[in-house]
Amino acid sequence: MAEAHPVGFQWVMEAKKRGATVIHVDPRFTRTSAVADVHVPIRAGSDIAFLGALVNHVLSNDLDFREYVVAYTNAANVITESYEDTEDLDGLFSGFDPETGIYDPVTWRYDPPEEMNAEERERAGELEQEERESTAGDHQQSHQAARSESHGSGGAPVSWKGRRDETLQHPRCVFQILKRHFARYTPEMVEEVCGIKPDQFREVAEALTSNSGRDRTTAFCYAVGWAHHSVGAQMIRTASILQLLLGNIGRPGGGIMALRGHASIQGSTDIPTLFNILPGYLPMPHADQHASLDEWVRGDEGKAGFWGNVRSYAVSLLKAYWGDAATADNDFCYDYLPRVTGDHSTYTTVKGMIEGSCKGYFLVGENPAVGSANGKMQRLGMANLDWLVVRDLQMIESATFWKDGPEIETGELVTEDIGTEVFFLPAASHVEKAGSFTQTQRMLQWRDKAVDPPGDCRSELDFYYELGQRIRDKLAGSTDEMDRPLLDLAWDYPAHDGEVDGQAVLREINGTGPDGAALSAYTELKPDGSTSCGCWIYCGVYADEVNQARRRKPHWEQDHVASEWGWVWPANRRILYNRASAAPDGTPWSERKKYVWWDAEQGKWVGSDVPDFVADRAPDHVPEDGAKGPDAIGGQDPFVMQTDGKAWLFAPLGLADGPMPAHYEPPESPVHNPLYGQQNNPARRKLDHPSNPINPSWSEVFPYVFTTYRLTEHHTAGAMSRTLPYLTELQPEPFCEVSPRLAAERGLEHGGWATIVTARTAIEARVLVTERLRSLRLGEQFVEQVGLPYHWGGNGISRGDSANDLVNVTMDPNVYIQDKVGTCDIRPGRRPRGRDLTAYVEDYRRRAGVDMEHPEEGGAE
Amino acid sequence: MTNSLWGRLDDVAGDAGYDDHPPRMGFFTDTSVCIGCKACEVACKEWNQVPDDGYLLTGMSYDNTGALGASTWRHVAFVEKSLDVSTVDLGLPAMGPPEGQGQATESGDNGIRWLMSSDVCKHCTHAACLDVCPTGALFRTEFGTVVVQPDVCNGCGYCVPACPYGVIDQRKEDGRVFKCTLCYDRLKDGETPACAQACPTESIQYGEVSELRQRAANRVHELHEKGVDVARLYGADPDDGVGGDGAFFLLLDEPEVYGLPPDPVVTTRDLGSMWRHVGAAAATLVGIGVASFVGRRR
Repeated sequence: MAEAHPVGFQWVMEAKKRGATVIHVDPRFTRTSAVADVHVPIRAGSDIAFLGALVNHVLSNDLDFREYVVAYTNAANVITESYEDTEDLDGLFSGFDPETGIYDPVTWRYDPPEEMNAEERERAGELEQEERESTAGDHQQSHQAARSESHGSGGAPVSWKGRRDETLQHPRCVFQILKRHFARYTPEMVEEVCGIKPDQFREVAEALTSNSGRDRTTAFCYAVGWAHHSVGAQMIRTASILQLLLGNIGRPGGGIMALRGHASIQGSTDIPTLFNILPGYLPMPHADQHASLDEWVRGDEGKAGFWGNVRSYAVSLLKAYWGDAATADNDFCYDYLPRVTGDHSTYTTVKGMIEGSCKGYFLVGENPAVGSANGKMQRLGMANLDWLVVRDLQMIESATFWKDGPEIETGELVTEDIGTEVFFLPAASHVEKAGSFTQTQRMLQWRDKAVDPPGDCRSELDFYYELGQRIRDKLAGSTDEMDRPLLDLAWDYPAHDGEVDGQAVLREINGTGPDGAALSAYTELKPDGSTSCGCWIYCGVYADEVNQARRRKPHWEQDHVASEWGWVWPANRRILYNRASAAPDGTPWSERKKYVWWDAEQGKWVGSDVPDFVADRAPDHVPEDGAKGPDAIGGQDPFVMQTDGKAWLFAPLGLADGPMPAHYEPPESPVHNPLYGQQNNPARRKLDHPSNPINPSWSEVFPYVFTTYRLTEHHTAGAMSRTLPYLTELQPEPFCEVSPRLAAERGLEHGGWATIVTARTAIEARVLVTERLRSLRLGEQFVEQVGLPYHWGGNGISRGDSANDLVNVTMDPNVYIQDKVGTCDIRPGRRPRGRDLTAYVEDYRRRAGVDMEHPEEGGAE
Repeated sequence: MTNSLWGRLDDVAGDAGYDDHPPRMGFFTDTSVCIGCKACEVACKEWNQVPDDGYLLTGMSYDNTGALGASTWRHVAFVEKSLDVSTVDLGLPAMGPPEGQGQATESGDNGIRWLMSSDVCKHCTHAACLDVCPTGALFRTEFGTVVVQPDVCNGCGYCVPACPYGVIDQRKEDGRVFKCTLCYDRLKDGETPACAQACPTESIQYGEVSELRQRAANRVHELHEKGVDVARLYGADPDDGVGGDGAFFLLLDEPEVYGLPPDPVVTTRDLGSMWRHVGAAAATLVGIGVASFVGRRR
């Protein structure tokens, strides 16, 4: 965190000053480790084993926060009899179809309530039917369209609250299933999988559990060290399970903070640049499944919790897009929305480029030739487009690959043969335009423009607004139905000094009521078209016609929650699910951790934050049978976005690779999975293309682990740092980091050159021999890890090979992100040049026995 | 004149001739919270328009700046130290690959420490650079800091060997000397120096030297209470060889480990005594000469 988020890390240092213990788990010893109380070196990609053992430690020593766990999680829920665990199936959960590689989650569901109402009985019948048929067909379609991720905001809807055993004794209740599932995750197993000594494991476990409970809370921070794996979503799930068992969610000082890759990644998920969701995590409509507005919202509408009001959010979004043209008669222009037909994620799109199905590409502040996994695939794709638009601050590698990319050097691409027409458009930087950043706490912070952009550089807002205007001008007068969505768009923003006013856009996102005035909360949104809102979770950011994100009242002028600095979605609520900061009866868990509680006299929830609950819902409230939406939230259901109001230790729906996490090895690994016969995530998404061959696991040809990472001195793919003298001089050359043991084994010289090889390609880098990278002892086996900062490419002041060219594309099946861990060989000296390089890599592939007929398999199974 | 050249001196600016002056300002750099982000180096260069210092991968851990110099006014040192007790500690900053290659670094051993420290001109109470400057290019400001005026400097370079810390340096292609000004221009406007402003963890603290010394003493005490026995102050003692630094440090190891001299002494400390000896010798010579003439007359 100190390495990649030094500014945010000031608060960790502040906490440390006040007595917090800082534990850092990372394959390399970083700037964070340097100031942490404990550094735990771990084998890259083995985090589920480590976290799972912490879960086991909590469960087997009765260290969970029992009252919290029983009341606020689904620990008490009884799971259907047909569920089978990895314990039963040697690393698989029930419902796996080896043909398609897809799970059918029908056996993971809650047992029905003991006394069912008519609606529930009908649903039970349907589910039984579904299980009998157990055809993967529907699920396949749904997973291909990434429905599992698009459940994000509400969680997947469960059919009922289900049967609960609050003694937690029922053998099929989640608590007992969890206990059995994690029983094999022992400290000794951690040593064998992660290379962490049992003593050190116990030190961490002790620190964690003694700092959790009524009086104390613990927070987790993670970044792509968890996210960029073929089991990334499940790594984060393991941390969620742990934090829930310890009662560290919804309480001050608790939580799990996702540290984003760069500024406003959170914002670009809330108002997404992703293919499968719309603003506010509304699922993107599917061409086959959602023919009408009704069908689109049917799955979620009316379900318990605030997500049950999905129609209001959806209709208000359509009103924001199409304004007056959107009416009840035309389904609020629902038919104008584009549809998904399957997986259109970034790597699948790149494959589509190579195969010729994707013809044009916009790159906006993104440099995939350096920043994405398997750079060769990216460049081969871009070389096969009709047109490519690059908007950036610098002439990045993704704009010049056609004349100086690595494939030009090897002859794999020839400039004269590349038909792609590249348009480079200079962009304004963040100080040259006004706008907001949304950070990991979901906080929007507005920044004003400091200086005018130089020359022809323009903001994204200006660019897209004018692009829209020009297209609409060209289409003006068209009678073609196809052009209606563009012509009917509400595309009119005020400008100041020739620039579109960003605050007007923020106001549109906030939403307006029937009188045209800014709304102040998403609870005001209506399904009848009388309100308009560009992103329902952002509703309130422009309350009282004031840009609330621009508030900058310093923390020393307000209380510790500092609610007048910026604005946090939803409803300026600083901690989500904060009903959980009080005990089931509504009193604070402890004086020390008092945050939001029930005031019986006033008959409402009060405290230092905006309560994340129905304001006047008493703790003892039991919803009436058949209640819908927020009315169905019980007084002790803090997780108000879930249909059952409980946090899920076990996910009965919504995940593509199992209801609970299980440790699988990365797609390329020198280690046999010590936990199960199943080596890799069985549901991982493979990308089948000759440019993406996978190293066989356990290969003597590729005996080492490599992982990529960042340096403080550089920014992501480097366009904003290795083009600047003051940053370049601080880290002037690409390098790799190796342990003294590995250096001795391969004859690598400190300061000398090394060539790092995978089945994709080979790169060269200078060598830093350092004890900051550890040799890990896994039982009898030593595992060496090669650390690779990934910031470099062929352009800029400081140039070099891109580490991401080594990374393969095998994806997490929930979110389609690659695994940043792989295997490699490392040899002293510089790499071969030109055609010799391809021959060199080809020789490695041959010796390792890479099956080029099925390059995506890796041959581990 | 007492203590103008060495020893304790409480009013530096007053001694330099300022009758009515602001309090002495300086830096307290607490390396125990430094995360090595180098924001200080970059902020310094941006504000003071210092040119880049070359693109050289040094191999000295993450330190590619190397040392303070004419084009580096803040320098973050990175020291990798093995905690393996069997390793002989030479007390020198890590240069090149760690010693003891082989089995020493598998998981579960004692691990390593990575020390980081942002170094800067010390703005000495007794600044030899200033004392030896023949042109008056180096001067003491009303804030008690030491600043070079580039438009006066003639590039004689006398100050370079005079500095006991090796801070001030000549820019080769230019000839003149440059160093940290403690952002004299910002101070005049009541602003914090660029490096301290940019520091995310308050490792670099700017303020009145008397207050900073108190804060530093408290911090050392606090760390000792927590069992961090290695914490110590460097340059905070007004009775040390330079009369105390205007920019001083909290270190977690011996100064040599960070590349700092253990016991710096102002190089002009003995100037008075030297001149007195020279005077005495001259007087003796004159006396002998006179005596010889006197003798001859006899």
